Amino acid sequence: MNRPASLFRATGKQRREILLPLLVGMLLLTGWHAAVRMSGSDIFPTPLEVLHGLVELAQRGLLLKYIVASLFRVSWGFSLAVVIGVPLGLVLGWFRPAFAALNPFIQILRPISPIAWIPVAILWFGVKDTAPIFLIFLASVFPIAVSSMSAVQNMQQVYLRAAQNFGLRGLPLFRRVILPAALPQIITGIRIALGVAWLVVVAAEMIAVNSGLGYLIIDARNAGKRYDLVVAGMVMIGFIGLILDLLVRRLEKFDEVRWGYGQR
Amino acid sequence: MDNVNPLIDVRDVWMSFAGKDPGQPVHVLEHVSFDVRAGEFVCIVGPSGCGKSTMLNILGGFLKETRGTVRVEGAPVAGPDPGRIFVFQENGVFPWLTVEENIGFGLLQRPHAERAERVQHYLQLVGLSGFGRSYPRELSGGMRQRVEIARALAAEARVLYMDEPFGALDFLTRLKMRSDLVRIWQAEHKTVLFVTHDIEEAVQLADRVLVMSRRPATVQAEVVIDLPRPRDLDSPGYLERRDRIFSLMGMDAHGGGELR
Repeated sequence: MNRPASLFRATGKQRREILLPLLVGMLLLTGWHAAVRMSGSDIFPTPLEVLHGLVELAQRGLLLKYIVASLFRVSWGFSLAVVIGVPLGLVLGWFRPAFAALNPFIQILRPISPIAWIPVAILWFGVKDTAPIFLIFLASVFPIAVSSMSAVQNMQQVYLRAAQNFGLRGLPLFRRVILPAALPQIITGIRIALGVAWLVVVAAEMIAVNSGLGYLIIDARNAGKRYDLVVAGMVMIGFIGLILDLLVRRLEKFDEVRWGYGQR
Repeated sequence: MDNVNPLIDVRDVWMSFAGKDPGQPVHVLEHVSFDVRAGEFVCIVGPSGCGKSTMLNILGGFLKETRGTVRVEGAPVAGPDPGRIFVFQENGVFPWLTVEENIGFGLLQRPHAERAERVQHYLQLVGLSGFGRSYPRELSGGMRQRVEIARALAAEARVLYMDEPFGALDFLTRLKMRSDLVRIWQAEHKTVLFVTHDIEEAVQLADRVLVMSRRPATVQAEVVIDLPRPRDLDSPGYLERRDRIFSLMGMDAHGGGELR
């Protein structure tokens, strides 16, 4: 490999990766601004009004409070989903009887939208933090369990055979070979699940609680049609979702799992 | 003595798999019998898909023969055994471990110092000094096969089952791997059973070449390669044995055409 050449290419690529989105972003903002002005709408905000809305929220101390509230619920629901989903998926992937017994029910529960669970969650947990945490757990546990399960089922047989050849069985076989072989795909499942969890927290907060970014959006709409705050909430949701995804992506860079993601 | 008690003893082994048609099993092996003495280097050659890998997998304990007896080191094969390590064509090196960790994989029960020493020894023996901290994805295909061989040797395997281990490598790498394997085998006194479809490879490596027939396969001939090592690939002795195996397999070594 020619190091200087690849470095040079990388900087050119990086420059493109920053400049192009910036350019498109400016175009979109300008188009948005022009569209609002031309339509003469005094309800839908311009980008600048959204920015003012964000500043107002920050000054009232609500922005940080709501972000923390939403992240708190996601952290709990998502962590629970990882703690339960990963072991569950590994067990289902390894033990055929467990798979045969439980997989049909997982496949039936999985397509039910977490939104459909909202009435049930309110009935069971009331209008407290527990309800959205339950919904986030439900939404993220399935992608995690299913990806862990298929990671074990689809692991390369040659690793299993090599491990058995060295006399590994039971827990050591699991810890030293099955888990590391499945880890790249488990992390992919975790990444998808975190995206889903963030989608669901906002939906859950629109109904069940009185804080958080989802609540902000519904509250701003109901209490005086403050669409600048509605869009400000949407923008924050987008950016925080992006940051969460970037954080999980860093997991894919570890040497122990990098082999599982092909050439990039 | 060794002839009385061979290390590997395969007697009248049959193997069939369930085919696409439930009533029509696929017969892969029929009447397969051969033996391998301790310290011997034996190659099995045969047409692609003839069942030579199946035979090796039976010996490795990954498959169970339909009929016959398979004894290794005096006992029937009951499953994979850490004393007899399989080297896979598709490479069974663990990609989540470094080269050093892979080579030391079978040594976790040993004291740390001894493990480190053995790892270094075999790292050097297979010519990978300096790559101990690398990950397999950073190595070439040939280097990864070296790691797998070192892993087997480090774990003190007495027998190596090699299933076309160089099949996926380019021509020059393959030549180098062959001469290195012979050097390692001479230094380590292991018993090697090596499956390949490459006749030249077999004649370069083996003490004895077992020629298998088309499916259902049996051992149709045995060719002794009593040539000194390293082997001269232009010597009349080498060419004569190579051509004999070619004609045994129904091929003309010079034109490559089929005789029948």
